[in-house]
Amino acid sequence: MTLVDQAARVGQAPPKVAFLNNPKVRGIFWQALLLVFVVFIVWGAASNAYENLRAQNIASGFGFLDNQANFALSQSLIPYTETNSYGRAFIVGLLNTLLVAIIGIAAASVIGFFVGLARLAKNVLVRQLATWYVEFIRNVPLVLQLVFWYTAVLQPLPNPRDSIALFGGEVFLNNRGVVMPKPIFADAAIWLVAAFAAALVIGFIVKRWSAQRQAATGQTFPVGWTTLGLLIALPTIAFYALGQPISFEHPQLGRFNLSGGLRIIPEFVALLLGLVLYTAAFIGEIVRAGIQAVHRGQTEAASALGLRSGHTTRFVVIPQALRVIIPPLTSQFLNLTKNSTLAVAIGYPDLFLVTNTINNQTGQAIETVGMIMATYLFLSLLTSGFMNWYNQRVALVER
Amino acid sequence: MSDVSVRTPAVAWVRTEQAPVLAAPSTLVGPIAWVRTNLLGSIPSTVLTLVCAWLLFLLIPPMWKFLVTSATYTGAERTACLPNPGMCYPYLADNFQFFMYGFYPVIERWRPNFALILGMIGVVGALWPDFRYRGQFALYFLLVFPIIAFVLLYGGALGLAVVPTDQWGGVIVTLVVAVTGIVFSLPLGIALALGRRSKLPVVKFFSITFIEFWRGVPLVTVLFMASVMLPLFVPQAYSPDKLLRALVAVALFASAYMAEVVRGGLQAIPKGQTEGAQALGMPYWQTTAFIILPQALKLVIPGIVNTFIGLFKDTSLVFIVGLVDFLKAVDMSLVNPVWATPWTRYSGYFFASLFYFLCCWGMSLYSRNMEERLATGHKR
Repeated sequence: MTLVDQAARVGQAPPKVAFLNNPKVRGIFWQALLLVFVVFIVWGAASNAYENLRAQNIASGFGFLDNQANFALSQSLIPYTETNSYGRAFIVGLLNTLLVAIIGIAAASVIGFFVGLARLAKNVLVRQLATWYVEFIRNVPLVLQLVFWYTAVLQPLPNPRDSIALFGGEVFLNNRGVVMPKPIFADAAIWLVAAFAAALVIGFIVKRWSAQRQAATGQTFPVGWTTLGLLIALPTIAFYALGQPISFEHPQLGRFNLSGGLRIIPEFVALLLGLVLYTAAFIGEIVRAGIQAVHRGQTEAASALGLRSGHTTRFVVIPQALRVIIPPLTSQFLNLTKNSTLAVAIGYPDLFLVTNTINNQTGQAIETVGMIMATYLFLSLLTSGFMNWYNQRVALVER
Repeated sequence: MSDVSVRTPAVAWVRTEQAPVLAAPSTLVGPIAWVRTNLLGSIPSTVLTLVCAWLLFLLIPPMWKFLVTSATYTGAERTACLPNPGMCYPYLADNFQFFMYGFYPVIERWRPNFALILGMIGVVGALWPDFRYRGQFALYFLLVFPIIAFVLLYGGALGLAVVPTDQWGGVIVTLVVAVTGIVFSLPLGIALALGRRSKLPVVKFFSITFIEFWRGVPLVTVLFMASVMLPLFVPQAYSPDKLLRALVAVALFASAYMAEVVRGGLQAIPKGQTEGAQALGMPYWQTTAFIILPQALKLVIPGIVNTFIGLFKDTSLVFIVGLVDFLKAVDMSLVNPVWATPWTRYSGYFFASLFYFLCCWGMSLYSRNMEERLATGHKR
């Protein structure tokens, strides 16, 4: 082949290959085969389901959601009675799941952060205690821990009339749950929320102003303390200015029973306790790994530049550790939400337990399973979507 | 400077041998120094030490009392344990067989024992670091052992009596579910991981959909789905039994997680490996089977073991479909009136958590050890 020949071939179509050896043709063939296979499986399953449902005389569709539920739920955030519909029971279950997931995620993050720090502590006793906490919790199934908290710790508590009083008789502990003062909001309480929001907005403005001033003059301003002060001061001022719109109904220990107050059911306490302690152990390991992933040279360079130890942690170590921490943290948050379905082991009326009850009563297996799967998928996508957005904010900006 | 001569100063005395080495001050080495740096390093550290010591004081003496001094060591029924508020060891001894085998017929119990030994041989051979025949042992464990174990446990061949799956229970069910999960999820996970990295859009789409769907829903709902929906999806003549339903659910669920573990390994192999194989003229399947997968799978052994630990813990959820696994067996023994005392529950749960802890912790020690071996050269 001469140079002229080669030059002539540049810019031409590649050499012809046999039809059967063409990668494009082969790709299309295999994909078509896969598509046929998947369609066949789905079609087979659907036709079987259709036949079986017809044999069992079960009508498909979501009409059953309007029927009366006829079962009680031990906890609901919205008014609910046995005469309400299945649809409303489903919403109650969803709210219960969200409640335990949101409180659980917040608490597990805080505890996990401290566990992670304790795993790196110089103090041997602290380090060893944290290590054994993590090792033990991570290697025992969560369902066993939940059942332990529920049946071995909370159930043997005394009857309501022998309740254990805590915090000078403000909080009572018994086998029906935890009873604490119930806040009663007057109409004016909405202004407290407004005051809180106002404090947040002012804090944000102060932050922007301080950043601009620092960029221009180099002077710093204690933004964090100012915002914290505003967040405490403004609602407090509003509270007294509006004539104390929040009052508390205190639980009263009578001769036979406790009356009044806000009762938190033991199932919720056990589920939250189990989920938080379990997830915190995993988050602790993630935080530890994240901090260890920041190179020593970063700390040394920061101190060479004259940054104080607190500033080194805040502006050098944590921002870099967060990049490593956020992705696995997301999956822990998702795990906590998904693990809340273990509530079925102790009888907390979460989404799964309620849906399971609906299925037992109506036999609408496909609809109920579809609803529950779709809800958990939606929650998963929502959480991971939010965390991906946050991750993009803290991620390293590359070319 | 050249004319300056070096003059030896007149000295009265010069040391000719080394001075005796003094011991380091006790404030820097030894137990006192250790305590000072590790426990009382600063004021906050001292406070933390005191808080931890207080916690240990709250925790350890009652534990010791419960496990040793107030425990009951001998007896035949509940009256023996009733007066002592501590561990009821005879209850555990009496129920031990039930925890291990459930309702498996007593005279046939050599079969699960034998299957366990055969399985252990495969696992140890496949996971022994730097063992020459690792690959062969892994293939034995993944292909041959499941069949032998099924024949041994279920029977119906080679003159073994049939033991229906509703008589299986205890640790047998726990191990069957976990091992089936791993055995089926490994090939399925590899296929899904390759599919997710495929250039063919349909393959990629189905792989991603499958993986993200199973990873997005909780195992409890998957088991629930298997128990109420699987019977609807097959013709009524083949209604699968309870164990099979759970096994299908666990295998599908685990394969999605396994796919992500394997994908991590595939991504860690540099592109040059694929390009080198292509330069040698190897087609896709040869490149994958002989160049990429052997390297990638070796890298993900810790990940596979971690998935197995998760699976082992998750087997405790099969009570949802009505199976009697180890934890459910412990739970069932608690309602037995022969041993009903206020301490029985604590004894049972203590034993169960110890069992899970020792199994999972042992596996995690292995996986961490492997991680350290594999990490050589990447360490800072």
